[in-house]
Amino acid sequence: MDALDKKILNRTQRGIPVSEQPFADIANELDCTEEQVINKLQHMLDDGLLSRFGPMYDAASLGGAFTLSAMQVPEERFDEVTEIVNAFSQVAHNYKRQHRLNMWFVVACESQDEIQAVLQNIEQQSSLRVYDFPKEEEFYVGLYLPV
Amino acid sequence: MLDSTYQSRERKKAPLTAIEREFILLTQQGLPIVSRPYDHLAEKLKLSVAEILAMSEDLLERGVIRRIAAVPNHYRAGYTFNGMTVWDVQDDVVKEYGALIGRLPFVSHCYRRPRCLPEWNYNLFAMIHGKNEQQISEYRTQIKQLLKDVLQTGQHKSNDMLTSSKILKKTGLRLQKKKD
Repeated sequence: MDALDKKILNRTQRGIPVSEQPFADIANELDCTEEQVINKLQHMLDDGLLSRFGPMYDAASLGGAFTLSAMQVPEERFDEVTEIVNAFSQVAHNYKRQHRLNMWFVVACESQDEIQAVLQNIEQQSSLRVYDFPKEEEFYVGLYLPV
Repeated sequence: MLDSTYQSRERKKAPLTAIEREFILLTQQGLPIVSRPYDHLAEKLKLSVAEILAMSEDLLERGVIRRIAAVPNHYRAGYTFNGMTVWDVQDDVVKEYGALIGRLPFVSHCYRRPRCLPEWNYNLFAMIHGKNEQQISEYRTQIKQLLKDVLQTGQHKSNDMLTSSKILKKTGLRLQKKKD
């Protein structure tokens, strides 16, 4: 990455203007050409340095129901329970974390009822309790990763 | 013409219109990195570019779109460490302090979630990201310092940071095409 790559990445992470030619606006700000902004961003995307480029949607606004759940899984059963949990298409993310509650996963469904059904199903199949921590209030979502 | 003309609406939590759903379906994989990225959307949705831009502004204002931006791959950008910090904050001030913590540059998500007593006494979650273990430990100390007057200690004592030791599954959240 050269200095201009870094400037472009840092600038475009914060959100591009809504306009007919947003990359020309960015180029103006950064004192380079529109073509440079476009080529460099496209290269970063192709190269996997960017995971995506475009609108970031608030999943909850799109409808549906979400929750964060956790389980205390005995170490010797960890792989087996991971398989049970991951088999649900409604489980979007699942992380092993260092804590007594060592498995944390996000469940995304069409409705609140479906969430409850999935969690109950996981409890039945694993014979382990599922702790449910639905979001009650959101203070911030987003991250700026300066490069 | 009427049904394809986009009209801005007042209510923030207004449900998505059919044309907005189409817009989302067309853009959730990303926006083309070309000189005029909205032109093909205008064409597909049979709207003018001005109407597409108005729709984008409105969705941003309503919080449906958080921002239109480049999203770096955490790992490739060197941010390989994350920690889910969890705090037991007095309920009457959790809103105020949650907003404060959410504004820290290294915090990616900050939420109030229910306690689950006696096993889980934490009500404020803040996800932090850093380039090494020392960095996230320093970030956690900064949060603790900000919260020092409002943390509840009691029988459950300390506040935790749950570092991620393994990604077991990660899929994107996507709006599904309606099955009609």
